Amino acid sequence: MSQDSPSGARSSGTPRSAHRAVRDVVFVDGVRTPFGRAGEKGIYAGTRADDLVVKCIRELMRRNPSLPAGRIDEVAIAATTQTGDQGLTIGRTAALLAGLPRTVPGFAIDRMCAGAMTAVTTTASGIGFGAYDVVIAGGVEHMGNHPMGAGADPNPRFMSERIVDPAALNMGNTAENLHDRFPAITKERTDAYAVASQDKLAAAYAKEQIQPDLVPVATMKPGQGWTVNSVDEPPRPGTTVEDLAGLRTPFRAHGRVTAGNAAGLNDGATAALLASADAAEELGLPVKMRLVSYAFAGVEPEVMGIGPVPATEKALKNAGLGIEDIGLFEINEAFAVQVLSFLDHFGIADDDPRVNRYGGAIAVGHPLASSGVRLMNQLARQFEEDPSVRYGMTTMCIGLGMGATVIWENPHHADYGTETTTTGDTATETGAAA
Amino acid sequence: MSAADFQKLATLFPNETVTHSYVQDIELPAVNGTSPGTFALVTLDNGLDHSKPTTLGPNTLVELGTVLEGLRERAARGEIVGVGVTGKPYFLVAGADLSTVKSVSGREQGLWMAQLGHEVYSTLANLGVPSFAFINGLALGGGLEIALQSTYRTVSTGAGALALPEAFIGLVPGWGGVYILPRLIGPENAVKVMIENPLSNNRTLTGPQAFDLGVADAIFEPADFVEQSVAWAAKVIAGVETPARAAAVDPADPAVAERWAGAVAAGRAFVEAKTSNASPAPAKVLDVLEANRTMTQAESAELECQTLADLMQTDEFRSTVYAFLDLVQRRAKRPAGAPDRKLARPVTKVGVVGAGLMAGQLALLLARQLKVPVVMTDIDQARVDKGVTYVHGEVDKLLAKKRISPDAANRTKALVSGSVSKEAFADADFVIEAVFEELNVKKQVFKEVEAIVSPECILATNTSSLSVTAMAEDLEHPERLVGFHFFNPVAVMPLLEIVRAPKTDDAVLATAFVLAKGLKKSAVLVKDAAAFVVNRILLRLMGEVTAAFDEGTPADVADNALRPMGLPMTPFVLGAMVGLPVAQHVQESLHEAFGDRFPVSKNLQALIDNGVTSVWDPASVKAGAPRIPEETLALMSFGDSASTGEDVLRRVQDALAEEIGLMLSEGVVAGPEDIDLCMILGAGWPMFLGGITPYLDRVGASERVNGKKFLPAGVASEPAA
Repeated sequence: MSQDSPSGARSSGTPRSAHRAVRDVVFVDGVRTPFGRAGEKGIYAGTRADDLVVKCIRELMRRNPSLPAGRIDEVAIAATTQTGDQGLTIGRTAALLAGLPRTVPGFAIDRMCAGAMTAVTTTASGIGFGAYDVVIAGGVEHMGNHPMGAGADPNPRFMSERIVDPAALNMGNTAENLHDRFPAITKERTDAYAVASQDKLAAAYAKEQIQPDLVPVATMKPGQGWTVNSVDEPPRPGTTVEDLAGLRTPFRAHGRVTAGNAAGLNDGATAALLASADAAEELGLPVKMRLVSYAFAGVEPEVMGIGPVPATEKALKNAGLGIEDIGLFEINEAFAVQVLSFLDHFGIADDDPRVNRYGGAIAVGHPLASSGVRLMNQLARQFEEDPSVRYGMTTMCIGLGMGATVIWENPHHADYGTETTTTGDTATETGAAA
Repeated sequence: MSAADFQKLATLFPNETVTHSYVQDIELPAVNGTSPGTFALVTLDNGLDHSKPTTLGPNTLVELGTVLEGLRERAARGEIVGVGVTGKPYFLVAGADLSTVKSVSGREQGLWMAQLGHEVYSTLANLGVPSFAFINGLALGGGLEIALQSTYRTVSTGAGALALPEAFIGLVPGWGGVYILPRLIGPENAVKVMIENPLSNNRTLTGPQAFDLGVADAIFEPADFVEQSVAWAAKVIAGVETPARAAAVDPADPAVAERWAGAVAAGRAFVEAKTSNASPAPAKVLDVLEANRTMTQAESAELECQTLADLMQTDEFRSTVYAFLDLVQRRAKRPAGAPDRKLARPVTKVGVVGAGLMAGQLALLLARQLKVPVVMTDIDQARVDKGVTYVHGEVDKLLAKKRISPDAANRTKALVSGSVSKEAFADADFVIEAVFEELNVKKQVFKEVEAIVSPECILATNTSSLSVTAMAEDLEHPERLVGFHFFNPVAVMPLLEIVRAPKTDDAVLATAFVLAKGLKKSAVLVKDAAAFVVNRILLRLMGEVTAAFDEGTPADVADNALRPMGLPMTPFVLGAMVGLPVAQHVQESLHEAFGDRFPVSKNLQALIDNGVTSVWDPASVKAGAPRIPEETLALMSFGDSASTGEDVLRRVQDALAEEIGLMLSEGVVAGPEDIDLCMILGAGWPMFLGGITPYLDRVGASERVNGKKFLPAGVASEPAA
């Protein structure tokens, strides 16, 4: 990351998006399955990953009855491991299994943890470019069926030529590395952050802020019969810092990263409906968010958790915005240390109310490639609840040293649809940023 | 009373594959912001994969009843607001465990079984909270009655087969179906579901058909059927959703009473036409239906239990279970005597000698099912063209009926070609002849074919009456010849008699069985003996009836003498359908082989010689009042010893017992089960006869003629004490 100019400051140059007329992309709706704990005792043991995606797609169609299924131009579904029930080009198989018309194409996409986020940005670009009007983008990870890294075959050159420290292929190690780099982030801080995440999620559940975007999933297990899962399995409400203090540090003796201050191993799927602003209007589809900009950035794989910082700087620059313009943050909590490194960088307090209002992945879980759309679902709901916020951000770190950030505008904000007035001296082309 | 009171019955069946009742509590989804409460969902699951359907035996019912009684208590305590019942994937439940019911010993046990079902289902219907059946898959008989006894029903668009097949099996839908269904969907449709469908090749309903009839209140797609059903139940319980039930009727309404009587009368006419009332069950279904219009459900339940207990004691019921489960479901899939399929050789091209009607039917079947090139030959281009044109025309008909896709039609047509030269068979792996039924013609054909094909190429004959052994005599490779006897119409009749000649080798035979499976036919291995199985039995029967007629028995007496057997058609009608010359030709072969047991009728020959195609005037048969035209009568002469219908029936019973006894001692098939399977699949003989040997056993013919029964007690009859 560049430290030449003050990080996150509004750039004085012309936003990249101003150079061409692109179509506006809107987030119409998003849903997800309840997340489960991976493993034999988890709610989705014995359930297929592709079926989880199918439930999401069908729920999107039910929730948006004015959308003719034949108008969907693409189904992009992410999965980190693309074999077995996550193989066979899961975007296409899920579309067929969901009962979408055979004329609707689909593809599979992978950027590890940012899979669903990349499914959104890639198809959004296609909408902006004019290739699509309406798309479904989402992700899935059944980490019970596909343990992290299973079947991977890292190139020996990573080691022999010291391209990547082999230890960096283990995400927990990279989180410990991040503690080394930022000694101010202590285990006490990460544990406190984790407890707050649990508390915020429990509060959000109590206020019915999570449930509306969950699609119930029926599962059947041997000797138990059918049940319907309608809430997340991973949360541990009521967790205290004392509970977390004694947990094992599996990645390093006397380390700082524990199961309590990191996201767990989970199963789940998400899907979102995106459209061009014109198509949304034509089809009578609601607009929950407008896409402002996005960016991906690479960092040293050994400290992959810092990835959101340069990705956010790029995305802000692309948007012609500054960090102070962002009123809501949905940052994925792969590890508490990684969230805190982001907050410290931008001078945001650990308990800033703009950040992860409903809690985060530490509480709700992180089925790798699915999580990006969960962040968007939550940001969209917070936009609706808080029309005073104009811009929000979804951001996440990615294995092998990357970050992803997407900036969204709140359609409920009073200034929505007008030009951004904070972009300095350069006029923004109408229709590009508006 | 409780389900546990029936434990004495359950313990009699320790080997039952129990379908368990698993309960899960589900918090119902919010309706208008509030969850209506907790829902208990029961899953019926035997823990086995989809090849082992869930069934209802005494142990299963006791467990389900006990679980439901527990839920009734929880409902009373206010812990649950509704109960659902669904099944493991693809099945709600396949109905009563027929093997168990068949082995119920004595009327009292049968009555317990009937009462146990009512006890359990009555709990389901009276839980104190609404009950819901989520019909996720196959639901037959007692399985569908679980749904009917529930307060509400949803059905999956993917649900395979829904039916009340009891009339076909030999029972009545006596766990409430016969009471609830006519009230729910109207008496006419109830008769369709309970009578017409079972007696029409045991036809079943799809999920959407059941929904359209009003059997289910809501329909959802399989991908999220359970989720959507639970969400629908929540709305019903919350009072925001009320099923319309447009087809439901009030039996007390005089207009409905009239419809009810009309539906019962139509049902009786249908049963008479289909079965001649040869089996008691269908009429009993209608009796109970007729009676229960003015009954309470409890009164009907008592009548249903008594009727079930009676019917479980009938050999028609036991014979049907034997025919359906032991033969069609099991034996037909694992033919007795078939060699290891690993010995089979690949068949990548087929030749058909001849381009006539039978050859065309064979070519179409082979091309459609095996999807390999099929080449037909005949003696001149015109015949070849006609044969190929016939096949292409049949493909177009299938396409027009949307039975196949345009691509499949193109593919099938491209597979079928014709040639005037047998050289076209050079690279064929299997060549079947369908030429004139004359030994020397067939031998000549095979001689010519053998000169062209590889030494491994299998040769098959579709002969119905000639000796396969004799056909093989002059072949270079007699081990490659096998009989492959289809039944007309080839596309419809499910039986294939595979004839082993003395020299036929195992690889050839194995290939024949694999081909049969590929053609979706049920094959039965038969020894090379004149007319094999089906035609030998049919002609023995027709020969006896014709002989009685020739001796002076009035035509209507002779032709209707077998009505108590409930055969699909009378002997004279069958003769006309087969074609009198064809029947006579086979009869002559049988006469030659077996002598006077197969008399050749001079009267029939006179009709054939004069171009008469039927004893009865065909138009009069259609009109339902068969008569013999004067001109036809004038061609025939009769003796003066008239028999009664009873005499003719007994004569036929004894003749069949004798013939089958001889066939078994000759080793024509592996056992009486294969005879029965052949008659069911090749002649459409009813399952309540068990094919034929259970019938001959129960009417005493087997013992009269052979001194013993064909089948041991309990196979298709009451179990030995």
